[in-house]
Amino acid sequence: MSLNGQAYIVGAYEHPTRKADDLSVARLHADVAKGALEDAGLTKDDIDGYFCAGDAPGLGTATIAEYLGLKLRHVDSTECGGSAPILHVAHAAAAIAAGRCNVALITLAGRPRAADAALALRAPDPDSPEVQFELPFGPATQNLYGMVARRHMYEYGTTSEQLAWIKVAASHHAQHNPYAMLRNVVTVEDVVNSPLVADPLHRLDCCVMSDGGGALIVARPEIARQLKRPLVKVRGAGEAPKHAAGGKIDLTWSAAKWSGPAAFAEAGVTAADIKYASLYDSFTITVLMQLEDLGFCKKGEGGKFVQDGGLISGVGKLPFNTDGGGLCNNHPANRGGVTKVIEAVRQLRGEAHPAVQVQNCDLALASGIGGALASRHTAATLILERV
Amino acid sequence: MSTTIQISAADEAASKPQKPTGPRRIAAPRALPEALPFWQAATEGRLLVKRCQDCGETHYYPRDICPHCLSANTEWIESAGKGTIYSFSPMGKDEARYTLAYVTLDEGVTMLTDLVDCDPATLEIGHRVQVVFKPSEGGYPIPMFTPA
Repeated sequence: MSLNGQAYIVGAYEHPTRKADDLSVARLHADVAKGALEDAGLTKDDIDGYFCAGDAPGLGTATIAEYLGLKLRHVDSTECGGSAPILHVAHAAAAIAAGRCNVALITLAGRPRAADAALALRAPDPDSPEVQFELPFGPATQNLYGMVARRHMYEYGTTSEQLAWIKVAASHHAQHNPYAMLRNVVTVEDVVNSPLVADPLHRLDCCVMSDGGGALIVARPEIARQLKRPLVKVRGAGEAPKHAAGGKIDLTWSAAKWSGPAAFAEAGVTAADIKYASLYDSFTITVLMQLEDLGFCKKGEGGKFVQDGGLISGVGKLPFNTDGGGLCNNHPANRGGVTKVIEAVRQLRGEAHPAVQVQNCDLALASGIGGALASRHTAATLILERV
Repeated sequence: MSTTIQISAADEAASKPQKPTGPRRIAAPRALPEALPFWQAATEGRLLVKRCQDCGETHYYPRDICPHCLSANTEWIESAGKGTIYSFSPMGKDEARYTLAYVTLDEGVTMLTDLVDCDPATLEIGHRVQVVFKPSEGGYPIPMFTPA
């Protein structure tokens, strides 16, 4: 069964905090749930489905349902890292289509910055069979992505300056977002002259670390049409994991090469039809990889695509991450998935900042990479339409 | 709900002085039963990988079940310990600096490792490397690679 038209995103909310010293993780999930309900014009008693991932505390679905006093008939705690909320939108649409729920709440929130535990993403599970063959070598997120960037440079001649353009574009957008952590417009020189974190990635190639979160509400079409908000339809979705394949490692592409075509086929559109894209931006190289794998340009030509402002709204071919993205705005709970969908919804509603709003934005894409490009990750692609 | 926005917070973090770091510490692997022969061989300076006796494919990381055909008929084979650099990324400061890498063994599998006993600035993808075992903190020796 196709998901096209089976559900609508009726509520979206991003937490304003970037450092939650006085707020618990559960409170953050509750804050964003309340915000999304208010945005949708619904109450908590309307929610009968709930979705969360590994950032939710305790038992996840049951723990947050208890905190919020929810009565549910469908839950889904599919955990795939930062791409989870993008995948959850598709799972919510499928659950709605199957009659398992009518109104689904999705939350993501956390406070790694206040807890000063951003680097302890998750303690490695000793039963996970690869840990003994990886942990002794010191894989951090930064050097894993550094290896992806270096291989891309080797294969295709991609330069640090081209990667820097991705940060430059994000900073051009972030200057208009009063909540963004980094609001100063930066230049290519600023990026390539910032300290090397994991060679060849510089500090400004990396996303920010932040607290906060966001929530989405997905509802069946009859309910969406009764609400007052602009209609944002789920048109297509895809999801796929990629891994080290028993040692046949190829760092030149991501699982978006699989999730993207599935989403485009379901939506009945192509990359050329997309007016705005939210692309997961844990690092600049993450964005470049998705641009190529989703078909916005050919493999190896991402550097040319992004240089000279290719991603800047009003300037380039493909406006991206107009809230400033993870590179400048926020990356709550070390996970950028929910904010990718939220900014796509803003664009489709015409509610992005006027300086970055895409004209006639009727078709948008949100893409996530959960996990690490260099080892194992799950890509999720979502195509949304304003109707 | 806190609405305090600390615009300059990440800039502050970026300019924070580096914490003093000691020498590189190599975590001991928590060996799982199906990988014990790998780690026991490491104590003898030998690098093992696995090959499937049904489909003939070599795989890494080593496991009981072949990831190519799901056969349980897998055997340990000894790698010559030579390969080429697939990619690498130096990270960290001073004596704690280390270089994470993927090395493609001549046996055809690519493994996560570190490049050691060399200046990372002289390394390039495609360079030949050979295995060298380094002590971990109270555990098995770890197969790392150095320019051949």
